Amino acid sequence: MSSTTNSPTHHTSTIGAIGAPSRRNTELALLVFAVVIPVFAYANVGLAINDEVPAGLAGYGLGLGLLAAIGHLVVRKFAPYADPLLLPIATLLNGLGLVVIWRLDQSQRLQQLAENLYGVFSPSAPNQLMYSAVGLALFVVVLVFLKDHRILQRYTYISMVAALVLLLLPLVPGLGADVFGAKIWISVAGFSIQPGEFAKIIIGIFFSGYLMVKRDALALASRRFMGLYLPRGRDLGPIITIWAVSLLILIFENDLGTSLLFFGMFVVMLYVATERTSWIVIGLLMSAAGAVGVASFASHVQARVDAWLDPWSCYKTSGACEQIGQSIMSFGSGGVMGTGLGQGNSDLIGFAANSDFIFSTFGEELGLAGVMAMLLLYGLIIERGVRTALAARDPFGKLFAVGLSGAFALQIFVVAGGVMGLIPLTGMTMPFLAAGGSSVIANWALIGILLRISDTARRPAPAPVSNPDAEMTQVVRP
Amino acid sequence: MSELTLTVMRLGFLAVLWLFVIVAVQVIRSDLFGTRVTQRGSRREAARPQQAARQAAPPQQRGQQGGGRQRRNAPTKLVVSEGTLTGTTVALQGQTITLGRAHDSTIVLDDDYASSRHARIYPDRDGQWIVEDLGSTNGTYLDRTRLTTPTPIPLGAPIRIGKTVIELRK
Repeated sequence: MSSTTNSPTHHTSTIGAIGAPSRRNTELALLVFAVVIPVFAYANVGLAINDEVPAGLAGYGLGLGLLAAIGHLVVRKFAPYADPLLLPIATLLNGLGLVVIWRLDQSQRLQQLAENLYGVFSPSAPNQLMYSAVGLALFVVVLVFLKDHRILQRYTYISMVAALVLLLLPLVPGLGADVFGAKIWISVAGFSIQPGEFAKIIIGIFFSGYLMVKRDALALASRRFMGLYLPRGRDLGPIITIWAVSLLILIFENDLGTSLLFFGMFVVMLYVATERTSWIVIGLLMSAAGAVGVASFASHVQARVDAWLDPWSCYKTSGACEQIGQSIMSFGSGGVMGTGLGQGNSDLIGFAANSDFIFSTFGEELGLAGVMAMLLLYGLIIERGVRTALAARDPFGKLFAVGLSGAFALQIFVVAGGVMGLIPLTGMTMPFLAAGGSSVIANWALIGILLRISDTARRPAPAPVSNPDAEMTQVVRP
Repeated sequence: MSELTLTVMRLGFLAVLWLFVIVAVQVIRSDLFGTRVTQRGSRREAARPQQAARQAAPPQQRGQQGGGRQRRNAPTKLVVSEGTLTGTTVALQGQTITLGRAHDSTIVLDDDYASSRHARIYPDRDGQWIVEDLGSTNGTYLDRTRLTTPTPIPLGAPIRIGKTVIELRK
C-alpha cells in the first residue's frame, strides 16, 4: 500500500503513496439508496395525484434497479478502481427525472395541450425509460470497449472533423428539423436527434489532444502587460477559430446554449492547459462582444434577451416568451420547502415543461431545499470529475476529464440560470433530468468516460521492479 | 390522501434527498488518496511495518539479514554530523547511498563545494561499508586523507564532503 512497508527508515520522513482502494461496495450501497429515493418519490406523486400508490411502482422500481445493477456489475468487472460516486449520483438524477416526467404526464392540462397541438397525447415517461436504457447500454459499451482513454488521443483531428460535421448536420436540408426556431435537431428514421449533445464529448477529445501538444507554445510565448501575460498574435488563431465557429452556430442554428457551451469549454480547457488568466479575460471579452454583436441583429436572440430583461412585460403581452415569467413564478410559489411532489402547478408552463423547464417543477415541488440538494448533486459529479483530472497521470486524461466536467458544469449553469432568470434562456436540457433521448444517452456516455479515466487514475501503480543487482547478489551467495 | 400524510412525505422526501447528499460527501471524506508523509522519529508507527516487512521478507533476504546481524561492530546508520543537513540519519540496509547535489541522490547535499554526483557509500560482499569518490571536483576526505580508491569506512570516522561531514554509527 505504501512504501513505508518496504523501507523501515524510522528516523527520516518518508513519502509514500496511499493507493485508492476499490470502492465498489460503497458504490453498491449508494446505488441502493439512489434507487430507493426515486421509488419513494414515485409513490409520493401517485398518492398526491391519484390518492393511491401507482400501479407501475414495482415495474418502475425494478426497471431502475435493473439498470443500476447492470451498471454496477459492469463497473465492478471493467473499471474496479473507478470513482464510487459518479454512478449512484447519475442514477439518482436519472430516476428523479423519470419520476417528474411521469408526474407531468399525469397533468390534465398538458394532456389537453398536447391533444390541441398534435391531436394525440403520448406520455413521455416510457420513452424516457427506454432512452435511459439506451444510455446505460452506451455507458456499458464505453466501459467494455474503451480499455484505455489514451486510445482516443489518436483520433484528435478526426474527432474535430466529426464534431464539426455533427454540429453542421442540422443545417443540411432534408435532414435538419426546425423545431420552434432552433435548428439543432436532425430527424433520422422517425427519431429526432440532437447532435450537439454528442459533439460536446467528441470535441472534448480534439481540444485535449490539441492543447496537450500546443500548451507550451500557448503558455510560454507571451508578453507581460498590466499584470497579464498576453499571448502572441499568432497564438490567438485557435481561440478565434473556435469563437467564429460558435458564432456561426449561434447565427445559423439559433442555438445560444450550444455555442456558449463550446466556446466556454474551450476557454476552460485553455486555462487549465496553460495556467494563464489572460485566456479567461480574453475569452470573456470575446464572448461578450460576440453575444452583444449577434443580439443586435438576430431577432431570435434579441427576443430571448428581451424576455430575460423584463419577463413580466413579455408575460402581459403574451408573446411566445411567457415561459420565463411562468418559470420564475413556479420557483417563487415553491418557497423554501416546496409544495410537495405532484402538488404544484408547474404544468401551467405548458410546452417544454418536461424538457427545458423541468427544473422549474423541481423548484416548485421541492422548494429551495430540494433545488439546493439537486444542485449539490450536480456539483458532486463535477467535483468528482475535477478530482479525477487531478489524479490522472497523463496530460491527455487530465485535460479530457476537466473538459468533460467543465462542459457538464457550463450546461447546468446555462440551464439553471436560464430557467431562474439569471441569464437569457438558451434552450438546452438539464443533464439526466430533462426528457430527451440525446441528452440522456450522451450524458451516460460522458459518465462512462469519466469512470474510465478515474479507473486508470486510481488504479494502484504496478510495484517497482526490485534492483536486479541486489537480486543477483543473493543468488550468487551460497 | 390526508394533508398530514402528504406533509410528512414532502418533508421526509427532502430529508432523504439531503441524507443522500450528506452520505455522498462522507464517502468523499473517506476517499482520500494521494501522498502521505510519515513524520521523522515516529518509532511506533514505523516499527510495525518493519515487523511486517521482516515477516514478509523472502527466506533468502532473511538469511542475508541474519548474516549481517552476526557480524559484530557493523554500523547500522549513517549520521550527518556537520553541514546544513546536521542530524539527518539514514538507516544502512545494504543499499547503496549516493551523495551529491543531484536531486536523485540518497542524500541531496545543499553545498556549493559538493559535486552533483560526489561520492557513494556501499557494502561490499562481506558487508563492509566502502566509500568511493565519484570523480568529484573538491574530493572526498576520510579523516584527513583525500580518497583515491574505494576505501573501507571505520566506525565513527568522519567523511568530509565540502562543508558536510558524515559518519557511520552503530
